[in-house]
Amino acid sequence: MAKAKPITGPMGGPKGMGKPTNVTATLKRVAEYMKEDKWVFLLVFIAIVTSALSNVIGISYLQTIIDNYLTPLMEEQSSELMQGFVMVIGTVAIVYLVGAISTYIFNRLMVGISTRTLYKIRVDLFQKLEKLPLKYYDTHTHGDSMSLFTNDIDTLRQVLSNSITGVINSLITVVGVFVMMLYFSWQLTILVVLMLLLMLYAVKEIGGRSANFFVKQQQEIGDVNGYIEEMIEGQKVIKVFSRQEKVHEEFDVLNEALRKSATKANTFANILMPVMGNLSYILYSVTAMVGGLLAIQEILTLGTVVAFLQFTRTFSQPITQVSQQINAVLTGLAGAERVFTVIDEKPEFDEGTIEMVPVTINDDGSLTEVTERTGEFAWKDRDVLTHVRGSVVFDDVVFGYEEDKTVLNGISLYAKPGQKIAFVGSTGAGKTTITNLINRFYDVPGGKITVDGIEINRIKKPDLRRSLSMVLQDTHLFTGTVMENIRYGRLDATDDEVIEAAKLANADTFIKHLKDGYQTELKSDGNSLSQGQRQLLAIARAAVAKTPVLILDEATSSIDTRTEALIQKGMDRLMEGKTSFIIAHRLSTVRSSDAIMVLEQGEIIERGNHEQLIEQKGKYYQLSAGLFELT
Amino acid sequence: MIKKLLPFLGEYKKATILTPVMVVFEVILELMIPLLMAQIVDYGIQGEGGMRYTIQMGLLMILMAVVALVFGALSGKYAAEAGMGFAKNIRSGLFEKIQGYSFANVDKFSTASLVTRLTTDVTNTQNAFMMIIRMAIRAPIMLVGATIMAVSINPRLSMIFLISIPVLSLTLFFIGKNAHPRFLAMLEKYDGLNEKVQDFIVNIRVVKAFVREDHEETRFLESAEQVRDAQLNAEKLVILTMPIMQLTIYASVVAILWFGGNMVIDGTFNIGQMSSFIMYIMQVLISLMMISMIFIMIIISRASFSRIIEGLEEKSTLDDDGADADLKLQDGSIVFNDVSFSYTNDPNNVVLRNINLSIQSGETIGIIGGTGSSKTTLVQLIPRLYDVLTGEVLVGGHNVKEYALKTLRDDVAMVLQNNVLFSGTIKDNLKWGNEAATDEEVIQAAKAAQAHDFIESFPKGYDTDLGQGGVNVSGGQKQRLTIARALLKNPKVVILDDSTSAVDTATDAKIRAVFRETFSEVTTLIIAQRISSISDADRIIVLDDGQVKGFDTHENLMETSDIYREIYQSQSKGVSIDG
Repeated sequence: MAKAKPITGPMGGPKGMGKPTNVTATLKRVAEYMKEDKWVFLLVFIAIVTSALSNVIGISYLQTIIDNYLTPLMEEQSSELMQGFVMVIGTVAIVYLVGAISTYIFNRLMVGISTRTLYKIRVDLFQKLEKLPLKYYDTHTHGDSMSLFTNDIDTLRQVLSNSITGVINSLITVVGVFVMMLYFSWQLTILVVLMLLLMLYAVKEIGGRSANFFVKQQQEIGDVNGYIEEMIEGQKVIKVFSRQEKVHEEFDVLNEALRKSATKANTFANILMPVMGNLSYILYSVTAMVGGLLAIQEILTLGTVVAFLQFTRTFSQPITQVSQQINAVLTGLAGAERVFTVIDEKPEFDEGTIEMVPVTINDDGSLTEVTERTGEFAWKDRDVLTHVRGSVVFDDVVFGYEEDKTVLNGISLYAKPGQKIAFVGSTGAGKTTITNLINRFYDVPGGKITVDGIEINRIKKPDLRRSLSMVLQDTHLFTGTVMENIRYGRLDATDDEVIEAAKLANADTFIKHLKDGYQTELKSDGNSLSQGQRQLLAIARAAVAKTPVLILDEATSSIDTRTEALIQKGMDRLMEGKTSFIIAHRLSTVRSSDAIMVLEQGEIIERGNHEQLIEQKGKYYQLSAGLFELT
Repeated sequence: MIKKLLPFLGEYKKATILTPVMVVFEVILELMIPLLMAQIVDYGIQGEGGMRYTIQMGLLMILMAVVALVFGALSGKYAAEAGMGFAKNIRSGLFEKIQGYSFANVDKFSTASLVTRLTTDVTNTQNAFMMIIRMAIRAPIMLVGATIMAVSINPRLSMIFLISIPVLSLTLFFIGKNAHPRFLAMLEKYDGLNEKVQDFIVNIRVVKAFVREDHEETRFLESAEQVRDAQLNAEKLVILTMPIMQLTIYASVVAILWFGGNMVIDGTFNIGQMSSFIMYIMQVLISLMMISMIFIMIIISRASFSRIIEGLEEKSTLDDDGADADLKLQDGSIVFNDVSFSYTNDPNNVVLRNINLSIQSGETIGIIGGTGSSKTTLVQLIPRLYDVLTGEVLVGGHNVKEYALKTLRDDVAMVLQNNVLFSGTIKDNLKWGNEAATDEEVIQAAKAAQAHDFIESFPKGYDTDLGQGGVNVSGGQKQRLTIARALLKNPKVVILDDSTSAVDTATDAKIRAVFRETFSEVTTLIIAQRISSISDADRIIVLDDGQVKGFDTHENLMETSDIYREIYQSQSKGVSIDG
């Protein structure tokens, strides 16, 4: 939905990255970011004008030099004229010097503006990404979000650094040259206008054709890249089946199709430049001939013709340039638009007011708020302190990720402080959803959830989440050391506390075997660690957090049963005194829970402890007997 | 470096050569035009030439420009043909090369890097190549041609070139040299920034769960500031190019006007010639600038060239050289003779140590062991996906190295742990096992793998489209399809590497029953996490830390193997089958 709708502009887009839907609005947004720099931008503008005009003025002096000095001086020597000649050359030198300096000034200032602007946009975007609800991440792939930073802001960088100044410069040059041309000779200017029309026509024709083929090429690139990705992904299967030749044959068919359309598309793109360049030579030649004839008729002076010829060269350059820049600008703006769409997304909503504060428990059982961490917490509703003990209650909770598709239908359950509650069921039964509601990753439209008797939407989200720790199935790591990754659970944990947590999770042994032990650097895609090892780190991270409530979502799914048995003791200690929610595929993991909920299509169909459920001879019993598979 | 890619020009060699040829013609014509203009001014207007001469010369100029246009357009066309053809050949060549890689080669590069090489890197190379055959010829020729023209018009005035060309080239060189490390530094900061964003996005749930938004933002801001500063540092140097370029051109023009003007006054030089002289010096300096841009472009794409070449020059660690093409497998017997194996070919870093096994044809063998015990590694040696470090693996009575790879792998069907289905219908996918299989045979294999029923339950049955990566079936269904695909090969050895982990135990048992009854001739190796999946095998291999710690029947292992017993207990505790 955030994607810019592609529309076909007159120029067409060779990059195929989409065009902005609203050019002016997006430009305004970009301009907003430069507001702080508006005086600098004014300077930039003045410098561009100066630079462009000094070029134009410099050329027009050719006429003066030739007609007023050289021609008469050829006839007879005159020291007065000679002095004038020196003066005029000096003037030209100064004009040009000013021009070159202006060029430096606007480029230098613009670099400052563009880097500052990009910084602001990046920060804005990141801050928004932080505040977006998980729903956003459910509907957008990681790749999409990444490409905002890697592609979209980068194309905008090109626009800000080069295109803006380039386009302004070109426009001013064209206007300046045109005015001077009219001033020098209206007859020759008519020629120029005719030629200009021809050039614009060529741009439109060639550009349009090229755009059509580029769309086709883009499609074929998609096919080829898709095939490459699939076959490289399945490379090992191909080898096991000795399918190499067949696959290569198929690839060559797609590859050849791409070559054909790419050749056509690039042919048109490639000939644009030489065609424009040589049309400008044709204009030059026609001007030379006609100008020559007019000069012979003495309608024009020699200087005028020579200067005019220079002008025709200066005139066509910016036109070619702008026609090339337009695409870059549109692509950049399309990128900016995608970035702004995200910045405009609605942030996560937090109406909660209750905070979690550390407390000490007095002898009479009352609570006193303190500033230091004590290990005990209370919910603070204005002056009322409620001890955080981790009792969780679901009362007829209804929820769906999309409006009309409910995932949970009337879930009611309670977890007393310190209890172990397990969820069992097929993928899509709603297990993870339940845990995602406890920490308000999503808000419930129907029913209510309370923690220690307080409705969770009255609690500030950060405080609610600080009272829980989670271990997720897919454990990605952060770039940084092992130590830092575990400490993520609680930033003020000491090294000893981190190591203790790692021992609890049975991670200490393998960490010690790593190259630099706890100081080993990890990457987010961390292929140096197995999925099982990563899960152990995630368990350690949760252990170091020491929160009253623990959520384990398939936390041991990638750890083999023997190792799982080994860490069981640590897990038991981790869950001791905490309310724990456990989701597991493997029944051995949930067996010792106080209560097991069997979920099917968003409803709890069986509940009880292991023995009771086996007794019932229902779904749980069938599962444990291997009579049907969890999908 | 580019030389190594030249063979890929192939049938596009003609277009590759024609491109610069057309460019040369275009440049020559373009160089003539200012000369004719000078003739019009000096002889037509100022001299005796008059109207007739002016019209003649004018028409000649126009003709030249039109012909130059044709040559220019042709060069563009040939460049597109050559560039795209070159890219196609590289893509095809690299793709073919990768098809010849061994597993070890594939592991070395990683999937993502191979994809980048085939896509982005090829595109970069293609663009650089097109630019080289068009611009890299054009700019030097223009430079030399315009210089020659200028010298022929007025050798004395050409002295200006002696100053402006070195000044400009030196400054461009200086800028390029200093900008390069600054840009590298900038790209490094970019990587750092992207890494932080990626960390954040991938871990969004963790960040939110632990309320670490502030922490992430601090990390991000630090990086964003570094990027801003590095970018400013790099670009403020590069933007010097334009003003310095202008300054050189302007200074040269002023010098020409002054010295040339004086010569005109002396009567040794003409106004038209002076005006064409200005055009030539501009062309010279613009060409210089162009050359420096080409250098930058080549430097930028060098990384892509070398990545492609690296992929092309990678030698497959496996080959058929010692193989006897006619040798066929006699049966499905497997023998490991004192086999050790290392992924890094390093005797100090072995993952399998002194493995000795002898499996008879038709036996069903279970393999069990913890994560990291090298179960997968062991079986991958049988279809020779990797070569042993020491010792030998015999299949069907011969060392695996004696068979042609295709022969061996056709008879040893392996169902991989991380298996992949391809886009296309179910039938297409199953037929990977045997292209010539009849519908009947396909159905038979599907039935054996317990896949027939669910396939039939789809509205389109065997013609159901799977979509890329087989997304339209569940994990258990996908595993059964991959088993059926392997069975269609009609192999002598079947290896199931944890291939029924997502299949329910009842179906799992049925599959095993089929193997026992229908494929009793076929040697079957089953790797499993669940002891129940292998307890009824003829014999079971217990692997631990790359060593065989037991090879016997279930009953005997329960007696003799501590590890086996431990695994058994860890699994039976939770799931009491009898209730």
